[in-house]
Order: sequence, then structure tokens, then C-alpha cells
Amino acid sequence: MSDLAQWWKKIGRDRRVVWAATLALALLLVALPFVTDWAIGRTWVRIAAFVLLYIMLALGLNIVVGYAGLLDLGYVAFFAVGAYFYALLASPHFGLHLPFWLLLPAGAAVACGFGVLLGAPTLRLRGDYLAIVTLGFGEIIRIFLLNLNAPINITNGPQGVNLIDPIRLGDLSLGQTHTVLGFPFPAVYNYYYLFLALTFAVIFVSVRLEDSRIGRAWAAIREDEVAAAAMGINTRDMKLLAFAMGASFGGVSGGLFAGFQGFVSPESFTIIESIMILCMVVLGGMGHIPGVILGAVLLVVLPEALRYLGPLQQVLFGHVLADPADLRLLVFGLALILVMLLRPSGLWPSALRRRELAAGGGAAADGRA
Amino acid sequence: MTARAGNAALLEAVAISKRFGGLSALAEVSLAVARGEIFGLIGPNGAGKTTLFNVLTGLYAPDAGEFMFDGERLTGMKPYRVAACGIARTFQNIRLFANMSALENVMVGRHVRTRARVPGAVLRNAATRAEEREIASRAYELLDYVGIAGRAAQPAYGLAYGDQRRLEIARALATEPKLLALDEPAAGMNATERAELKRLLERIRASGVTLLLIEHDVRLVMGLCDRVAVLDYGRKIAEGVPLTVQHDPAVIDAYLGGALA
Repeated sequence: MSDLAQWWKKIGRDRRVVWAATLALALLLVALPFVTDWAIGRTWVRIAAFVLLYIMLALGLNIVVGYAGLLDLGYVAFFAVGAYFYALLASPHFGLHLPFWLLLPAGAAVACGFGVLLGAPTLRLRGDYLAIVTLGFGEIIRIFLLNLNAPINITNGPQGVNLIDPIRLGDLSLGQTHTVLGFPFPAVYNYYYLFLALTFAVIFVSVRLEDSRIGRAWAAIREDEVAAAAMGINTRDMKLLAFAMGASFGGVSGGLFAGFQGFVSPESFTIIESIMILCMVVLGGMGHIPGVILGAVLLVVLPEALRYLGPLQQVLFGHVLADPADLRLLVFGLALILVMLLRPSGLWPSALRRRELAAGGGAAADGRA
Repeated sequence: MTARAGNAALLEAVAISKRFGGLSALAEVSLAVARGEIFGLIGPNGAGKTTLFNVLTGLYAPDAGEFMFDGERLTGMKPYRVAACGIARTFQNIRLFANMSALENVMVGRHVRTRARVPGAVLRNAATRAEEREIASRAYELLDYVGIAGRAAQPAYGLAYGDQRRLEIARALATEPKLLALDEPAAGMNATERAELKRLLERIRASGVTLLLIEHDVRLVMGLCDRVAVLDYGRKIAEGVPLTVQHDPAVIDAYLGGALA
């Protein structure tokens, strides 16, 4: 076992191995839609796109929950704000068709504002109390969306907003099939690639923030708020910043979701969604980016894969014994419980700082740069 | 900084009062700490020493009175502003960032003297990179200064008790304080560790930092402090050089008739 660990450590340091692994991963991700489409069908390309969307959401929530240690049970509200922002300004509902490149950053900024709006009154709250207020906030946003169709119809109420413009990059509409070098790129492929690019941007921002003055301040607040304040950290501003950053990731994902689906309604933004995103963060490993990504992948893919429980029974027993819809949730719930029992700190938690400081402060500094 | 000593006090507490419900934790406590000195705050358990620290560092607001520090009024300031003004503290019940490494703990202390914001952190431009290098190397220097450089990569919770106390001091020094307030730094230390601590505190003073120290270990206080103030039931009952205070009848009485004598 220790030999294996040593071997792993050794090849992990080899630059060529790292490059090869990166290249292989990149090829895999680029080829994924084609392979999936060919092997298991186009539905799964769509699911892959959703996986990316949820990775962005989970990484956003990870900033609030994982980095700053603030339990947020209403995170889906920011997803909703981003989605409706795009939906209302790029659909026949108001007859507005603003371009995507404008709506994406603006949606992030609006969600950011909502993040501060939620953060400001909750600054003094911690733990359970904070969780309750954020839960309420999430519901307030959903109920507003549900009821803001009278006296002035803003959100179109429970019917939601339909016929949302597909995302358009310049003259290129992602909603159409394009042919490049003889390969057809249907809409869902285009969205997959856009989401992939933005997911990498979100990962990049997360990584950079974590290992920075800001990230350390968040970690300090998470560990001990009183000591953090005594060391000169403005805990109020730093917590608001965490809410704002997390919310902006949610806003971006929301805009992408609206453009991808072409339709939004309050039903997509229930408390269950918030819980699922939180599960991705906790199950994967709070505060650890690879863990959170793994959590998002599993929690999107697993429920979909469990749909095959029906056909599987057909094959095994000749007929369907239990309703796959019920069984799916049962198995899913069991899987969650098992993971939490067996790996309480998540499937892939961050390895406890075994940073090797070869020698001297210079080495320490360079190692971080 | 010792060169400027003598004239104005670095820290002046003017009639500080603090009540918790019916309990008077501090009753019109006044004291002045001169630049460059080591000032001891002693008294029996529950005398109000830690409360005074908490009021000083902005954790509690005083009911009356105020603190003047280096020409500024501290009263009503949030803890982070107090730290920015140049007061750093340690805690009686050690409050390290337990799951962060020793080095990272000290790096957090640099927060207040550095300025990278979100764009800098994300883009990691030349200025941010230089700042990060400065933060890490300064933090490493401070670990070395308190004698635990070899533990830099270890998580704080795994350090020996005495090392945790040193780490708290290193973290506090990282904020570049003018005044270092230490709440029972020798608690739980054995004789050797205490002697080392004494040398460390003397070195810190020699580097120009003023020390305010709550301590129970009488020998440490007497050997280290230039002046001491004695609190009892929230009132200051004596102040002066250790030798005089030691023989003050009120002090002897407070310590149950002769624990100090």
C-alpha cells in the first residue's frame, strides 16, 4: 500500500506524466459527446451538459459552504435569479432579445447583488440559524417568481417563461446544428462545449481564490471567527464577498440553464434543488474542488443511471417487480446514507495539508507561487 | 521605538467599566502602558483580566470609559480595526485555525498588512505574486523566530501545547503590532518551556514591541515585567514595579493572605 502511495507520489511529480494525463483528460472531455452519443444515446450528452451545469453550481456553493463555512440552504435562489434574468431579457415575454455576451456578466452581477442582499442581514447568524434564514430566502425568491404575474405580469407566474432565445455567440447560434470538418455538431453538443469552457473558468477562479489572501481569510473565518477578527480580518466584508462570489457562479449557471432549456418556471427552483447542490458539496468533500466535482458528477449521473433499474429487472426476472421510479429514489437515498456513514468527510476530501516544505522560507514561498 | 519611550503612554485605559447583568466585571479601571515596556496584569481568577483584554481588542464594548492607543480612540472599534491600529493578541484558551498548517496560520496574520483583492487573487498578476511570496517568507521567518520553523507544514491541531502557544505569538506578530497582548502565555508550560518563553518575550520587547501580559505564574511576572497592575473583583487594587506590588497588603489580601508573600 505504501509502495503504491510512493509510486503515486513519484509519478505525480513527473512533469511528463502530468502533461500526458492533462492531455488525455482534455481529449476525453472533447470527445465525450461523440462517444456518449454513439454508445448510449443523445440523452446522455444532454445529461453530460447538465453535469457541467451542476459542477458550476456546486463550486459556487462550495465558496460559501466549503471555503467560508456558511451553511446556505437557499442557494438555488441565485440559480433562479440568473435563469429568470436571462429568460426575461431574451424571450418574447417582454419582446426583449438582448445578446448573451451582455446577459451573462450582467446576470452574474445581479445574482451577486442578491448574494449581498441575503448576506447582509445574516452576518450575525451562524450554523443552524443561518441555515434557516437562507432556507427562507430561497423560498421567498421562488414564491415571488410564482406570484409576480399580477397586478403586472413580470414573471408569468406558474406558467413560466417560454421560447427563450437560444444562446448565441456572435452569429453562431448554439441552438442549431453546425457542420465542422464534416462532423455534425447538434445543439446539445454546442451547449456541452460552452458549458465545458465555462466550467473550466469557474474551476480556475475557485482554485485561484482558494490559494490566496482571500481564501485564507475565508478559511480562518470558517475555523474560528473570533480569532480571525482579532487577526485583522474584516469578517463582515469577507462573508459578504463569499456570498457574492458564490451567488455570481449561481447566476451564470442560471443564465446558461435558461438558454439551454428554452423554458424556465418556478418549479425548477425548489428547496430540493438547493439540498441536492448542498449534497454534491458535502458528499464530494467540502472545500475540496476535485471532491465537489466528483459529488456533482455522481449526483447527476446516479439518478439518471438508476432509471435503467426497470429494464434491468425485465432482463433479470422477465418482468418488472418494483416500480423503477420508486426504486430509483430508494436506492439513491440508500447510497447517500451509506456514503455519509462510511466516509463522513466526503468521498474525496482534501488531503490534510501534508505540504512538503523541502527547506527554507524561499522554498515555501516558491511552492505557493 | 524604545527611543521614543518615556513621554506619552502607548496605551491608556481611562476608567473602563463593564458589567455583565448584575456582575461588575470591570469597575473604572485605569492604567497606562508606556512604549517599550512589559506590563503585567495579574489578579485572582475572575478578577476581570481577560474581560479587560476583550474590551481592549473590541470583542466587547465597554459600558463606560475609553482606550487611547497611540493617539487614537479605540473605543467602539471592531476587532479587525483594532488589529489594524496595531494591537495583536493571543487567547487564554488557544484559538488557532486548527486545521490549517502552522505556516498558513501565520500567513493569515499578514492579512491586515496586505491588500490583494479578488481580481488580483484570480489573475495573480506580478504584484499579487510578489505579495504572496512576501507573505509566505515573512510567515516562515516568524515561525523560525519563535522556534517552530520545523513544524511549518503541520496542521496546528497536531502541535504540542507549548508550540501552539508559540504559534499564536507568531501569528500575532505577523500583524506587525505595536502592542502585543498575551493572555496567559505560559499556561500549561513546564519550567523549561517557561524559561524559553521568557527569553522569547524579552527578544520581542527588544525588537520594539510593547507587551501587555496576563499571567498567573508569579515568578515569570516578577522576572519579566517592568510594571504590573493587580485586578481584584474588577477593580484595580495596586500598580507599580513588581517588587513593591508584591508586598502591597491589599494584594496579599486578594491572594488569600500571602500566596504572593
